[in-house]
Amino acid sequence: MAESGKIDPMHQFAIEPLFGTDHWSLGGFNIAFTNSALYMVLAAVVLWIFVIGGMKRELVPGRWQMAVEYMTGFIKNLLIANIGDKGRKYIPYVFSLFMFILLANLLGLLPLGLIGMHPFTFTSHFTATGVLAIMSFSIVLIVGFWKHGFHFFSLFVPHGTPIAMVVPLFFIELVSFMVRPFSLGLRLFVAMTAGHVLLKVLAGFVINSANASPALGLTVGTASFILMIGISALEMLVAVIQAYVFALLTSVYLNDAENLH
Amino acid sequence: MDAEAAKLLGAGLAAIGAGIAALGVGNVFSAFLEGALRNPGAADGQQGRLFIGFAAAELLGLLAFVIAMILVFVA
Repeated sequence: MAESGKIDPMHQFAIEPLFGTDHWSLGGFNIAFTNSALYMVLAAVVLWIFVIGGMKRELVPGRWQMAVEYMTGFIKNLLIANIGDKGRKYIPYVFSLFMFILLANLLGLLPLGLIGMHPFTFTSHFTATGVLAIMSFSIVLIVGFWKHGFHFFSLFVPHGTPIAMVVPLFFIELVSFMVRPFSLGLRLFVAMTAGHVLLKVLAGFVINSANASPALGLTVGTASFILMIGISALEMLVAVIQAYVFALLTSVYLNDAENLH
Repeated sequence: MDAEAAKLLGAGLAAIGAGIAALGVGNVFSAFLEGALRNPGAADGQQGRLFIGFAAAELLGLLAFVIAMILVFVA
């Protein structure tokens, strides 16, 4: 039986400098241009091209302009449904956030391995999603304290709370509020990581079973490969749903800051 | 028990959490469909709440995955 190589499903998440070395440091941090940075730039450039192409402002929109207006309209409806008319001013932020995450998830799923490149999903790193979550959370805090001052703390004590329950409820609500940036970032990062690990584990089954013997390759390998196709379709769905959930939860949290309870 | 074996057993046990979260996510969508088929007119307006419920149920399954990953690769 042929020796089966161990296929490490976590290797795909390794961050490697594309150019620059460990000596490129700024304040003790390495600033070499990594594959993660490359895919962030790619997502930003694709988003920029997508939006620029739709900004002709023609009276009768073409296909491209329709596509852009559909996406902005989708985010506008989301914000108005959750925040009300005051939500309009968050359209630029939530639209950029949604499209950036969506493009990052989808670009990481492209089958670029066929032409020898290594696609990288930077949303599968908590450092990247955590920063996005902290950005959303900071906006919630800034808007909340800017608009309501210290009255913002009434978010933690709903109307009609009995006096005896005020203190315990305050701490429970405080914890549930402070945990939001973690759960927001964690959800996106784990959903993307789990899907990619699953795909690589199944790919390992295909390669190892085909190496072991032709009979195993035909049975186990074919079954795993068909499953991989299905999981890939599911991953595209997850990529869209997770981007949508991130934008949705951001708008729900912004509603708390804008309208209190 | 060997510490390494205990870690891997713990990671395997964490997979139970992922399975139970699947029940939760299924519950969210089944309840939504049940309500949506009774009153299709109100269904579209509730999609935001559907996905909030989905996200909350799914997060706990993802946490089980995080625990498994921590046990295998970090601890």
